[in-house]
Amino acid sequence: MNSKTQNKVAIGGLYGIAGFVVLILLALLGFILVSGVPQLSWHFLTAPGKAFLKGGGVGVQLFNSFYLLILAMLISFPIALGAAIYLYEYAKDNWLTTTIRTAIEILSSLPSVVVGLFGFLFFVVKLHLGFSILSGAFALTFFNLPLLARSIEDSLRTVSDVQREGGLALGLSRWETVSRVILPAAVPSILTGVILSAGRVFGEAAALIYTAGQSAPALNFADWNPFNISSPLNPMRPAETLAVHIWKINSEGIMPDAKAISSGSSAVLVIAILLFNFAARYLGKRLYKRLTSA
Amino acid sequence: MKEEILTTQDLHLYYGDKEALKGINLNFDEKGITALIGPSGCGKSTYLRTLNRMNDLIPNVTITGTIKFKGNDLYAPNADTVQIRKEIGMVFQQPNPFPFSIYDNVIYGLRIAGEKDKEKLDAVVEKSLRQAAVWDEVKDHLHESALALSGGQQQRVCIARVLAVSPEIILLDEPTSALDPVSSSQIEATLLNLRHDYTIIIVTHNLQQASRIADRTAFFMNGELIEVDQTKNIFMNPANKQTEDYISGRFG
Ligand SMILES: Nc1ncnc2c1ncn2[C@@H]1O[C@H](COP(=O)(O)OP(=O)(O)OP(=O)(O)O)[C@@H](O)[C@H]1O
Ligand SMILES: [Mg+2]
Repeated sequence: MNSKTQNKVAIGGLYGIAGFVVLILLALLGFILVSGVPQLSWHFLTAPGKAFLKGGGVGVQLFNSFYLLILAMLISFPIALGAAIYLYEYAKDNWLTTTIRTAIEILSSLPSVVVGLFGFLFFVVKLHLGFSILSGAFALTFFNLPLLARSIEDSLRTVSDVQREGGLALGLSRWETVSRVILPAAVPSILTGVILSAGRVFGEAAALIYTAGQSAPALNFADWNPFNISSPLNPMRPAETLAVHIWKINSEGIMPDAKAISSGSSAVLVIAILLFNFAARYLGKRLYKRLTSA
Repeated sequence: MKEEILTTQDLHLYYGDKEALKGINLNFDEKGITALIGPSGCGKSTYLRTLNRMNDLIPNVTITGTIKFKGNDLYAPNADTVQIRKEIGMVFQQPNPFPFSIYDNVIYGLRIAGEKDKEKLDAVVEKSLRQAAVWDEVKDHLHESALALSGGQQQRVCIARVLAVSPEIILLDEPTSALDPVSSSQIEATLLNLRHDYTIIIVTHNLQQASRIADRTAFFMNGELIEVDQTKNIFMNPANKQTEDYISGRFG
């Protein structure tokens, strides 16, 4: 076999594998969307759930998912940013930083159910936070932090060292170089990483089952005082998310239309995550263009 | 007699235990262009980077000897590297504008230093870009990204960026080696413009370039300074056999 045919065979093989993966993905997506999208309606997206009757919606769960996502991001992003900047821009290679890096690697490969159980023991039981948004947000932070820190570190890596030298050679201090040259240059890529990790957090169930809880008490969307128990903003209320809802209905749902609700919820979840991904690409590209070209 | 603005005495530099500079003694008068030439790996960049302490960024570098800028020890324990790099600016081989607009690139140093006066900033941008001989080409799109410029224009914007913080010395490490001949000669013209106002030290592999623009030329080899003299003497009548061999293309 000469190298030309070898090349053809290799390329053919790779196309075959790639095509197969795409096919599986499309089949999965197709199945979820075809069985789920017909269930969607304004009522379904906004109404509270019903435990025994048909016709319940996922409004509360949807709100909970976004609320938890935002809280988790608010907590984890600053920490992840700080950690990534420290590790990539400042830290020298020594045993301490090696330990931190290893810890981050291990944390990022922990199964989320383990993170959930840790959250249950620590936040729910030990710190008496109960099944609450706050417990859930902390658990999600643990789940998200290492992934986010690594993705931000990768974003910093994409900014070439000649930019760092350029800044320093101009008489900027280390911090001025990092904060005024490197970070702005890395923003598009950081943003993409944040949105992608938001998608992961949004779809996370295992870390939340024992922390944010599995119940979604009806909310009064007219009451925005976070100290009232039925207020959507109250961080101490239990909050089942969409992903947990799907798991719950499929394992113990007793409403007559459980199947339909689960299909509909899955479709909502998948569509939301797809939107996150497209938004990440779109915004990342646009920001990069704005920063780098005319 | 002109003032000596920068002096190096018995400068040694080690990367780990590899000696890259073996006792350099070299002084620079105020104003004018000095070219550093020599075969690849002889330590030109290393030497240049000791002059504004850019080697501080590399781990395991040991430096001995004295470098004085206007009589002050650059490596004194209380020396302020940030201030030093404002007074001794540097332009790199690869044009490295920041991914921002041309305008922002030029005033970045000043703006971070706290200058807010728009009129003053505008004036500095125009003056620096004119000095760098790139004003006419970019004046109509100052607010577009510097990355959209050609390599040669980018390099001149980088020079303008250095000029904007009003340094006294400008170090350039092979600033034209990544550029086409036309852009290169524009940079050369720019430097010839600046030589009356700044002390310029340029590393170059291009001997014609050195002979065209440099008032003085220093020849390095294997981490040592072999010879330094008026450029025409180095090229027409070198005192040292190794210099002669290098100039006539026998090695390097
Ligand atoms: N960061 C570093 N770590 C270890 N050794 C280095 C480092 N930088 C340079 N050296 C070594 O120091 C010597 C001098 O290098 P330098 O880059 O100063 O040479 P140069 O004259 O600029 O060469 P060129 O013309 O190729 O740019 C070389 O032997 C090089 O391998
Ligand atoms: Mg070099």
